[in-house]
Amino acid sequence: MQNPPVGSGVKSATGVHRAATVPREHRETVGEVRVENPRIRCSNVNVYYGETHAVHNINIDLGHNEILALIGPSGCGKTTFLRCMNRMNDTIAGCRVEGEILVDGVDVNGPEIDVVPLRARMGMVFQKPNPFPKSIFENVAFGPRIHGLTANKMELEEIVVTSLQKAGLWAEVKDRLEEPGTGLSGGQQQRLCIARAIAVQPEVILMDEPCSALDPIATATIENLMVDLSQNYSICIVTHSMQQAARVSQRTAFFHLGDLIEVGETNELFIRPGHQLTEDYITGRFG
Amino acid sequence: MDNPENTAANARKPIDIIRAGMRRRRAAETRFKLYGVAAITAGLLFLAILFITIIGNAYTAFEQTKIQLDVYLDPAILSPDGVPSSDALSSADYGRFVRDSIRSLFPAVESRRDVRALSALVGRGAVYDLRETVMADPDLVGETLKLWVPADDDVDMLMKGHIEREGSEDERRLSDAQLGWIDQLQADGRLEKRFNVDFFTNGDSREPESAGIWGAAVGSFYTLLVTLVLSFPLGVAAAVYLEEFAPQNRWTDIIEVNINNLAAVPSIVFGLLGLAVFINFFGLPRSVPLVGGLVLTLMTLPTIIIASRAALKSVPPSIREAALGVGASPLQTVTMHVLPLAMPGMLTGTIIGMAQALGESAPLLMIGMVAFIVDIPEGVFDPAAVLPVQIFLWADSPERAFVERTSAAILVLLCFLIVMNALAVLLRKRFERRW
Repeated sequence: MQNPPVGSGVKSATGVHRAATVPREHRETVGEVRVENPRIRCSNVNVYYGETHAVHNINIDLGHNEILALIGPSGCGKTTFLRCMNRMNDTIAGCRVEGEILVDGVDVNGPEIDVVPLRARMGMVFQKPNPFPKSIFENVAFGPRIHGLTANKMELEEIVVTSLQKAGLWAEVKDRLEEPGTGLSGGQQQRLCIARAIAVQPEVILMDEPCSALDPIATATIENLMVDLSQNYSICIVTHSMQQAARVSQRTAFFHLGDLIEVGETNELFIRPGHQLTEDYITGRFG
Repeated sequence: MDNPENTAANARKPIDIIRAGMRRRRAAETRFKLYGVAAITAGLLFLAILFITIIGNAYTAFEQTKIQLDVYLDPAILSPDGVPSSDALSSADYGRFVRDSIRSLFPAVESRRDVRALSALVGRGAVYDLRETVMADPDLVGETLKLWVPADDDVDMLMKGHIEREGSEDERRLSDAQLGWIDQLQADGRLEKRFNVDFFTNGDSREPESAGIWGAAVGSFYTLLVTLVLSFPLGVAAAVYLEEFAPQNRWTDIIEVNINNLAAVPSIVFGLLGLAVFINFFGLPRSVPLVGGLVLTLMTLPTIIIASRAALKSVPPSIREAALGVGASPLQTVTMHVLPLAMPGMLTGTIIGMAQALGESAPLLMIGMVAFIVDIPEGVFDPAAVLPVQIFLWADSPERAFVERTSAAILVLLCFLIVMNALAVLLRKRFERRW
C-alpha cells in the first residue's frame, strides 16, 4: 500500500480535517444535478479518510461529450471526488467510499467490477505531469501494450502516432520518439500524459488540475485540446482557475468543504450564481 | 507603544541585528567544518595504519623461497616393467627422489642425523610438486629433471629476515650446519625467492610453504553464490510484497519490527540456528558451502529487505498512479515501472549484504566450516573453508610463516570487498544516469 500521494489525497484530507472542526449541517445542492442520458451518475457519494468525512453526499451527472468542471477552494474534496470515479482512492490506505457511481448504468464499486478495465475506460490526467522515465514512444505505447490492444508493431505505432496527434504533441516530438519523456517541458509532458491516457481509447477522461503547473501558453494549448477531445469523450476536470472552467466547460460544479454547493450551466453559474457561497467564491471574496 | 515614532527610531533595524549575528554564525560554520575535517582525518589515519600494517606484513608472502633440485627419475623405480604405468607413477616414493637429489648436492653429508637435517631444508610440498610434474608428463622418466621446489618455511623465514642467525644453536630453528648448507645453496644459485604462485593456486596446508588461498576463495565463491541465489529473490519478493501489496495493519507492523530486529541479531546466533535446523534436523552435511550459504542467507535477508523497501519507497508515487491510471494491474505497475526504478537501490543493498556475508566468520564456525580442508571444493556439497575462516585458522597457527600469509589472506579478502563495493557504486551511478 502506498502512502497518500502528495498533492491529492493528503491535500484533501488535511484540508477537510480543518473543515470538519467547523460545526455545520449538511447543505443541499442548488441547481439541476441530473442530465438526460448520463455517462456517469453519482448518487449519495460519501468519502471518508479514516474518521474524517471528506466528501458529503454528492449527487451529480456527467453527460456524453460534455466537459464538467469541478471548482472550489483548496481542500474542498473535488479531487477526492474525481478519484472516486476510477477508484484511484483504492490506493490510499484508510480511504472509504460509499454511495453509487454508475458508469453507463453499472456501479464502479460493485462486487463484479474489476478496477483494471474500469481504469482503462476512465483515463486520468494528474495534477503534476508524471511521464514514465522511458521514451516518449514507450510512454504512449504502455497502455495499448499492457491491454493487448494491438496485434503487431504497425498497429501499435499507429496508435502512438494518432494519440500524439490528438494530444497536439506530434509535431513537436515526431523526430525524437526515442528520447525520454521526462526530458520534455512541463506543458509537453502534460500533453504526453494526455496522449498516454487517450491511447487506450477511454470513454471518459478525468483531469485533476492538469494546468496548475503550466504557463498560460501551455495552458491554452491544453484547453484547446480538451475542447477538441470533448467531441469524442466525456471530460471531468478539476480546476482552480475559474477562467479555465468558464472557457472550456459546459457545466460547472462548485464544491465547498466537502459539499457540492451548486451545479449549473457554466454560463449561468458564473453570471447568476444561485448560492451566496458560489457568488463569494467566483467574485474572489474567499478561496 | 505610546510613542511609535520614537520606538521606531530607537529600535535596531532587522538588518543590523542580522549583521551583528553574522560573526557568530560564521564561526559556528567554521567550527563545524573543522569537526568534519578532523573526523575524516582521524578515520583516514586509522585506515592508513590498518593498511600499512597489513600490507607491511603481507607483501613478503607473495614471494616464496625455492630450491632448485636435479632430480634423476630412476626408471628402475618408476617403471620396473619398462613402461611407466600410472599405478607405479602414483604410488612411487617421491620423497626418496627428493631426499636423494638434495643429498647429491652435498655428498659430504653422511650421518643419519645430518641427512635428516639436510632433507628438512626442502619443504614437504616438494614431494607433491614432483609427483604432479611426473604424473603430468610420464615421458620424463629416465631423465634428470631440474625442478624448483619450495623450501621449508624456516628457510623461507630466514631468507626474509624473520628469524635470526645469531644466538645459541639450541634456541634457533636452524642449526649451524643447516645455515652452512643454505649459504652454499645460495652461492650456487640454487636458492632464491620467486613469485609465490602456490599461494594463489593451492588449498590449505599444515605446511606454510604449501598453504594457499585458492581453496578458501572457491569456498567463499560457492557460499556467496548460494547466498545470492537465495537471498536476492527472497529479499526482493518480500520487500515488494510488504511495500506494494500487503495491507498496512498490525501484522505488517509486527513483521517490520521483526525484520529490523533480525538485522541486528548477532551473526553467531544464525550459526547456531543453522546448526540446529539445517545440520541436525535436515541432516545436511557439515562444512559445506550449501549450509554456509543458507546460514548467510538468513543473515543477509533482513539487510536486503530493508534496503529494497527503502528503494521502493523512494520511487515517486506519481509513477504508480500514472501506471494504475492507464489501467495497469498492480503487478504490472510493480514489474514494469516500480521495480526497474528501485533496482539500483536494491542491487546496492544486495551487494552490501553480500560484502557483509563475505566477511562473516562466526556463523560459519558453528556449522563446521572451520575444519581443515586441503582439497579445492568442486561444488556446494564439497567441504570448504571460506576466506575469513581461513584467516582465522592461519592466525591461530603457530608457525612464523603463517603470520605473513594471514596478512596476505586479509589483503585478498579486502580486495574482494573493495571490488564488490566499487561494483555497488558503479551500478548505482550507471542506473541513475540512464534518464
